[in-house]
Amino acid sequence: MNALPLLRIGDVLLVSIQTELHDELALRFQRELAEKVADEHIRGVIIDISALEIVDSFLGRVLHDIAATTSVLAARTVVVGMRPAVAITLVELGLSLHGLRTALNVEAGLRQLGIRRLDVSGEAR
Amino acid sequence: MGEQQRHSGAEVASFLLEREAEIIDSWRRLPFFDSGDGDQAQVERDCGAVVRALAEAVRTGDEDDPAAAPFNSLRGLFMELAGRRTRFGDSASEVAVEAGRLKGPVVRLWKSAGGHRGVEQTALLVDALGTLRVAVMEIAVSTSAELIQQQQEQLLELSTPVISLWRGILAVPLIGTLDSARSQIAMESLLQAIVDQRAEVAILDITGVSMVDTMVAQHLLKTVMAARMMGAECIISGIRPQIAQTMVQLGIDLEEVTTRAGLADALAFALTKIGYQVTAPTGAIGR
Amino acid sequence: MSRVLAADTMPIRSEGDIVGVRQLVRQHGAAAELSLVEQTKLVTAASELARNTLLHGGGGKVEVESVEEDRRRTIRLSFIDSGPGIEDVELALTDGYTTAGGLGLGLGGTRRLAGEFEIDSVPGEGTTVTVRFHTRVRG
Repeated sequence: MNALPLLRIGDVLLVSIQTELHDELALRFQRELAEKVADEHIRGVIIDISALEIVDSFLGRVLHDIAATTSVLAARTVVVGMRPAVAITLVELGLSLHGLRTALNVEAGLRQLGIRRLDVSGEAR
Repeated sequence: MGEQQRHSGAEVASFLLEREAEIIDSWRRLPFFDSGDGDQAQVERDCGAVVRALAEAVRTGDEDDPAAAPFNSLRGLFMELAGRRTRFGDSASEVAVEAGRLKGPVVRLWKSAGGHRGVEQTALLVDALGTLRVAVMEIAVSTSAELIQQQQEQLLELSTPVISLWRGILAVPLIGTLDSARSQIAMESLLQAIVDQRAEVAILDITGVSMVDTMVAQHLLKTVMAARMMGAECIISGIRPQIAQTMVQLGIDLEEVTTRAGLADALAFALTKIGYQVTAPTGAIGR
Repeated sequence: MSRVLAADTMPIRSEGDIVGVRQLVRQHGAAAELSLVEQTKLVTAASELARNTLLHGGGGKVEVESVEEDRRRTIRLSFIDSGPGIEDVELALTDGYTTAGGLGLGLGGTRRLAGEFEIDSVPGEGTTVTVRFHTRVRG
């Protein structure tokens, strides 16, 4: 079973993290995502963290590593929906997440991946 | 505490307890005990509590310690009475003066009661009443300090408005002196507004800010970084030459921060950023 | 005059316990009416330190205590392990210093999140890290 449900829209993967992840689960998610991106020729990944009340340095690193790995696999990752309190805390913690693409919400994330609209069939254009 | 002093303390304590009714009667109309609701029975209960605490203090030898248990037991009452007065604008020393008025009637009663009133006993009584005044003063000072702090916080929230300039563009104009607390609040309200208004660009305008120290500059920088993590761009506009110089001298790296000279330039940049083209109508160039 | 509002102790033996510590600490923060940002800092600090206790201390426990004194509430977290201890505390607090292959932000970063930060370590005996978060009681 997958660590987290991955929703495929065209050649974009959408993941919404709805529960607190413990470390091992976060690492499994990282592995599975990389495999899926490689196997299925994914072009973009959107990780929605708007439900997360905290992101600590461990999860921050996992997100950063996912972005770096997918980039090697020729896909782009956008992390969307980080809450203000989480962002302030990460800055204080000293985690800058350089090179990580971010967007306010899923729509803005899709736009950043160059997808303007979605067909009824779910095909991304 | 010596035997002699213990004896004197007991003597003064029994005087206070025996004459409680008379003391209450001499105190009940003092403004110090006015709780504002005209409840005379309550005023009498409050007066009684103070008399008994004084008696306890002289009996246990705590007459000169405002932090001792007898005076401490009056904290709640004093906080209520002093708090009410400071909210009406009385200063802590005015409240203390009123607490000082409790002394006169008691001392008069003590002297008029006849019999042998030793110097030591009188000193004990006067000490205890003086300590009472100190205890009230301490509480009045701390409640007024708290009140000032509360008002400052309210003012802070009022003084950092978040303005929506365009769909997806918002601005926070900061005016006056920026301290650490205020830049913290500005930071939090700006970031929350980014989420609420789905703003992709936020402008922090510091044209009206007179001075920036290291702490404040760090806050500005942190705001920019936090906004970026949330997926928005934060522009700082209106950095005056002196402030720019200070920031450079403080070693603050503005390399990664988008800055613009004024709010207008920042808005033009923001509009471009969200996909608009900003052009002047024909003929308007150079006007 | 200080009054203990709540006190809890929880073992830290597995990764699942890190999530448990976060939840316990979040309850304390909410009960103390910390602001949202302060609460987030508190829970994040707890998460970092719990992981430290597990990875570097070989497990241990956390004590969480909420105290009210003079119209101020304080949440104290103490992470206690009897692991190898830290040889050079100053070095361990430096950003980027890591022995577990992490980002090395655990201790130094947590110090920036907390109002007060103390570390007490004896090589060969163990480490106790204590952080305190303060809040004023709203009148």
